[in-house]
Amino acid sequence: MNNTGLQGLDLSRPAFAMQGLTKVFGSGPSRVEALRGVDLTVPAAELVVLLGPSGSGKSTLLNILGGLDSATSGSLFYFNQDLGGMDESELTQYRRQHIGFVFQFYNLMPSLTALENVQLVTEIAENPMDAAEALAMVGLENRQDHFPAQLSGGEQQRVAIARAIAKRPRVLFCDEPTGALDSKTGRTVLNVLQEVNRELGTTIFIVTHAASTAAMAHRVIHFADGRISKEVENQHVLSAAEIDW
Amino acid sequence: MLASLDQKLLRDLWRVRGQALAIAVVMAFGVMLMVMMDGLINSLSETKRSYYERYRLAQVFAPVKRAPKHLLQQIAHWPDVTAVEGRISGGALINLPEETIPIRAQAVSLPDYRAPRLNDIYLAEGRRLDPTHKNEILLLEGFANARGIQPGDYLTATLNGARRSFHVVGLAQAPEFLYTPAPGEIVPDDKRFAVFWMSEDALAAALDMDGAFNEVLLTQPLGVNSAHLLYQLDQLLMSYGALGAYTLDDHLSNRFISEEIQQLENSNRVVPPVFMGVAAFLLYIVISRMVQSEREQIGLLKAFGYTGWEISLHYLKFVLLIAIFGALLGCVLGVLGGRGLSGVYQLYYKFPFLLFRLDPATVISSVLVSIVVACAGAAWVVRRVFALTPAQAMRPPTPTDFSTGLRFGQGLLAKFDQPTRMVLRTLNRHPLKTMMSIGGIALGMALSAGMLNVLTAFDRTLAFSFEQVDRSDLNVNFVEPLGPDSLYYLARLPGVLAAEGVRDVPAIFHFGRERYRGVVTALAPAPQLFRSLDKHGQPIALPQQGIVLSKALAGQLKVQNGDTLLVDIRQGRRPKLPIQVAAIAETMTGAPAYMDLKALNRLMFEPGRVSGAHLRIDMHHAQTLYAKLKDMPAIASVNLKNHSRQAMEKMMDEGAGATRYVMMIIAAVITFGIVYNSARIAFAERARDLASLRVMGLTKSEAAFVLLGELGIITLLAIPVGCAFGYGLSALISAGFSNDLYQVPVTVVPTAYGSAAVAVLLAALGSGYLIKRDLDRLDLVGALKTRE
Repeated sequence: MNNTGLQGLDLSRPAFAMQGLTKVFGSGPSRVEALRGVDLTVPAAELVVLLGPSGSGKSTLLNILGGLDSATSGSLFYFNQDLGGMDESELTQYRRQHIGFVFQFYNLMPSLTALENVQLVTEIAENPMDAAEALAMVGLENRQDHFPAQLSGGEQQRVAIARAIAKRPRVLFCDEPTGALDSKTGRTVLNVLQEVNRELGTTIFIVTHAASTAAMAHRVIHFADGRISKEVENQHVLSAAEIDW
Repeated sequence: MLASLDQKLLRDLWRVRGQALAIAVVMAFGVMLMVMMDGLINSLSETKRSYYERYRLAQVFAPVKRAPKHLLQQIAHWPDVTAVEGRISGGALINLPEETIPIRAQAVSLPDYRAPRLNDIYLAEGRRLDPTHKNEILLLEGFANARGIQPGDYLTATLNGARRSFHVVGLAQAPEFLYTPAPGEIVPDDKRFAVFWMSEDALAAALDMDGAFNEVLLTQPLGVNSAHLLYQLDQLLMSYGALGAYTLDDHLSNRFISEEIQQLENSNRVVPPVFMGVAAFLLYIVISRMVQSEREQIGLLKAFGYTGWEISLHYLKFVLLIAIFGALLGCVLGVLGGRGLSGVYQLYYKFPFLLFRLDPATVISSVLVSIVVACAGAAWVVRRVFALTPAQAMRPPTPTDFSTGLRFGQGLLAKFDQPTRMVLRTLNRHPLKTMMSIGGIALGMALSAGMLNVLTAFDRTLAFSFEQVDRSDLNVNFVEPLGPDSLYYLARLPGVLAAEGVRDVPAIFHFGRERYRGVVTALAPAPQLFRSLDKHGQPIALPQQGIVLSKALAGQLKVQNGDTLLVDIRQGRRPKLPIQVAAIAETMTGAPAYMDLKALNRLMFEPGRVSGAHLRIDMHHAQTLYAKLKDMPAIASVNLKNHSRQAMEKMMDEGAGATRYVMMIIAAVITFGIVYNSARIAFAERARDLASLRVMGLTKSEAAFVLLGELGIITLLAIPVGCAFGYGLSALISAGFSNDLYQVPVTVVPTAYGSAAVAVLLAALGSGYLIKRDLDRLDLVGALKTRE
């Protein structure tokens, strides 16, 4: 897989470094500026929480970082690789080998069991962990033969996390991962994410409305009107169990 | 001002316009066929009825050799006889200067000083006969037009061996000559068969029928069984050489038009419902998909206070708009198609007028049927609208449960990767939907395969009839059966390479309660030019005792090999002979019965007689030979085999057969419609999963596999099913369209199935390509935002 354009990553660099990143949707009267010049540097292995009202641009940024969308202007580096210059198939390889996603609505394949959902990813990754091991990490070793319809929301989200981490991604993007869950289950899910960050050294981005989640992050980024309005580095990081929900 | 729900309705329709149009078109085809066939059935039977009535077509026909006129008065006094007419009719040959072969014709008498009580004529052009001019004739309009003959022209014809000149004073048509193939053929060729009417006195003089007649025509009061009358007639005319009385039902021209109407009715019962079923299925999946994806909106509307009925009505309206559009389009197409087809029908069925008349009830019922079908498709879905509570609707639906249903063995699954498992489980999870998709595609394929099969089988029919059974170049019929010398004479004519005698004898076959008026064809031993063949194409050796029946005749009489039937010979001494069925022969046209020539002549006590001959000729001397034959008074007719063949080919290519090509195009459209719609809907249902797969890092092709793999498997499974359906359809067509006049064989033509399968694969590839294109353009972020 030499066409990935991701050979020879310089891991001494920050995981992401962006300068003047903008994203414009539409044109003319329907023109919307979702990002209006974002400058940000995120070192590897951090847990980053993005906060802000709806439409403030946090999900847009997440999509661009995850290679689902491209910026209109500005520079964006993933370690030493220029993400902005990648074509469609390079982005696919980037997502395939480096990135994991967790969504608000889990996005599991209903026709595959928990284990098979994880295997879907381990089958195509270069250096994946064992699928059963990934499920064990999220505490679902006993539910691996269940279909999504037989799992609760929290369990489905944990399968989604297991699926996202099974390929040992360098970065994990979570868009409202607890948005559809009750507080107890949400806490379990956040706990799993924190453990993944701690034990695997995965850089994690969490987009959320729940401000209390910020306490468990290394870095908190506040969004407003397509810009970063505030950036805070937490000196003291709480565990998911400790945060006020 | 449109209600806001109706605004939504129109926008939704516009959004799915491609699919909506596809469904409307399928529905329109169904309605078109319904309207077209119903209209044709209506027009043909109504026109036929009024034509028969206006020109007083007889209900009973009793041909006889020569009977005195006074018998007619006797018959007129029988109870249950409302009208009687006696007339003279006989074979003739028309000699046109431009034709080297004389043209077969039938001369029919018209009373001299009155209108005929029965079987009147419709005068299309010119005037009626003047009884004082004995050389005047009225000529069948179709023949006159085909030959460019007009009132005022003269032509010569040979009657009873004597050549005469006639003055054409008018062109006519008659209900008894609606469909006029030359004797022994099944497809009319206007150029090669003529009917002319002439003064009774003149025809009586020409055919030596003074004071006599050779055909009785009768009508009866409505609803009276004619069996007894037929018996009475046969008894009365027995000693005058009765050939066997028969009813209008057995009258050849009427048989053809009635069969045609019957076949239209059969098709009308089977074909449109198939289209309607397919349309209902497509509507069901589209609307089902829509309600599924709009459950949130439905919940919201319910939360606002809309009732289940109001919301259901919204979706019903959606379906109804498509259905009504399809129905109206179908009505328009049906009227256009019907008008076009009536034109084609008039090429073969000589109605003086044939207006495509549509019963308004047909239009109303077609529209109603479409609405009912559409509602049936939607009803299942609308139930879900009622079941949905606002709170439920606002929550994302739980994922489809794949834990139920058939579990694949782990050993089997272990062989597949996850995307393949997804494909297999999806197919397995919705077995009904899978089966319906397979069934739908198979149905479309069956239509093409069946049609192609019939077309190819028809070519084989022609080859079988004209190359294997009949290997002669032409056949001649004598005015009267002649002795063996005639054959030697023919064989010595210039250009004749071989001559083989044949004797056709009219006969009535009886077996149990079954009765069939036909002909015994007696062939020379081990014939080379005209043979009876078994179903493997092997010649059947004609036994010294026994008769070989064609499959069609055996079917008509319900006899089996070995049964003994009564053959009532209607010529010469008229023996009634019990004869055992020795074999069943394969034939494609008519319902012949074969016997050994010597055996038949022995039974009739007429040794050495032949009624005609099959000839093989040297084409270089053909013109000289034709000229010779034209001058031989003993010869009643000369038929070139190629002319018969060409007439049949022409009918298949230009006439009724042409509709088969239309059916094939429709079949292709349906197949593509189903394949594309299935793929389109599968894509819509799976868009979010596919986006997820892409986000996870699967390449476009890997993600496409999950979707197109399903389409591929469905298509591949549909092909064998389509072959089976296709075979069933050809068998149905064969059963529905075969009779004693012609037979549609159920031969399996592998290329027909192969071509249909290729068409299905192409449709699948085309749909796959279109879907793959959309998949490649899939907006990942957008697709992921939808929550379901």
